[in-house]
Amino acid sequence: MKWLCVALATLLTGCATTNGDARDPLEGLNRKVYAFNDKVDSWVLRPVATGYRDWVPGELRDRVRNFFGNIADPLIGVNNMLQGKFEDGFLDWMRFGFNSTFGLFGLHDIASDMGYEKHNEDFGQTFGRWGAGTGPYLVLPLLGSSNVRDGLGSALDFYFDPLGEVRPYRVEYGLWATRVVQTRADLLDASRILEEASLDKYVFQRDAYLQRRRSLIHDGQPPRERDVDTIPPEESK
Amino acid sequence: MTRILALLAMTMTMALGARAQELTPPDVLVKQVTLEVVSLIAKDKEIRGGNRAKLIGLINEKVLPHFNFLSMSALAMGQSWNKATPEQKKRVIEEFKTLLVRTYASALASYSDQKFDFQPLRAKPSDTDVTVNVRVLQPGAQPVPIDYSMEKTASGWKVYDVMVGGVSLVANYRTEFNNLVRESGVDGLIKNLSAKNRALEGADRK
Repeated sequence: MKWLCVALATLLTGCATTNGDARDPLEGLNRKVYAFNDKVDSWVLRPVATGYRDWVPGELRDRVRNFFGNIADPLIGVNNMLQGKFEDGFLDWMRFGFNSTFGLFGLHDIASDMGYEKHNEDFGQTFGRWGAGTGPYLVLPLLGSSNVRDGLGSALDFYFDPLGEVRPYRVEYGLWATRVVQTRADLLDASRILEEASLDKYVFQRDAYLQRRRSLIHDGQPPRERDVDTIPPEESK
Repeated sequence: MTRILALLAMTMTMALGARAQELTPPDVLVKQVTLEVVSLIAKDKEIRGGNRAKLIGLINEKVLPHFNFLSMSALAMGQSWNKATPEQKKRVIEEFKTLLVRTYASALASYSDQKFDFQPLRAKPSDTDVTVNVRVLQPGAQPVPIDYSMEKTASGWKVYDVMVGGVSLVANYRTEFNNLVRESGVDGLIKNLSAKNRALEGADRK
């Protein structure tokens, strides 16, 4: 209860200092979480990921990336089907079949070499396809940029994550940690560019996230915004 | 007959001249410049070793002429653009250009032999505003689309926006720029941009 009061107080004082961006009514609170995440990243995650990139050979990192990419494909396929894209969904399962067998448990992405490209889908995108608005922008502790819709989507993604069924627990946690480090290592260049390119990192990252999600929901072909200066009403069709 | 021959010669010269004046199509231009820059970097040990000044020099020479920084700055400032005086506009363009070139250099420095997929242009010959789609292929992950928005000008096709993975560069600067203009005017924006550029320059020298 005490925790709730503190959270509420932070939220209210936070709101007073925002720039009044309609897409980000919780900016004050979000910025605090963002600062916290940034600290965790620069003290723990980024150094570990940098070490991983510098000391683990690229060939091995490719295998790790492929392995985690492969176990994610079935759920990507389901999401494609939930969005009515049955052919794409079928191809995702085919990728999983090929890569798990001929690709040696997914260590090799031979499906991509054969021309069956990997897709990017999740429950947040599925909800978006179904017409759900994004809700306010959120910065989640440790997880980073999100919004109400994508946050709910992430909870479902997490629930269905194949790693959740791995036992014993120490193996499960080990795999989780490896995946987090691998993912962060792949983002090292992008995050450095973000640091260099932005005047206000928080705003730059938020706007990039919103644009990126909008593009993903439309599989890279978002409808043109009517006027570059107006903020689009959330994914309205 | 000599008159006709003279006329023929004149016509031929004019036709050839017009030929030479024909603009390189935008998709061809993107492919040429991308492949040239990537191969120059691959050959250059100093750039590969992290010589940022030399990389920026290369970008200034090979890439910069194909960008329209006036359009980019105007689009990035959005509704604030009209609040700026001609002198301020010049400063914004100059500082924004420096920042973008540096960002571009950072992106190029992290390039490591990924393959490009240059997609055929979907546009009518009469179009003066087109998008050129390139995709960067990487193992085990979805290809990253890079879309160049280009406009036809008298001196050739010019890029006025770059979209990476669906994120428009100029649109992404708009909120930042407008926040700064609202807080401290166009001069505040110029001050922030130039401070950012100086800080990055300082970091390079270290």
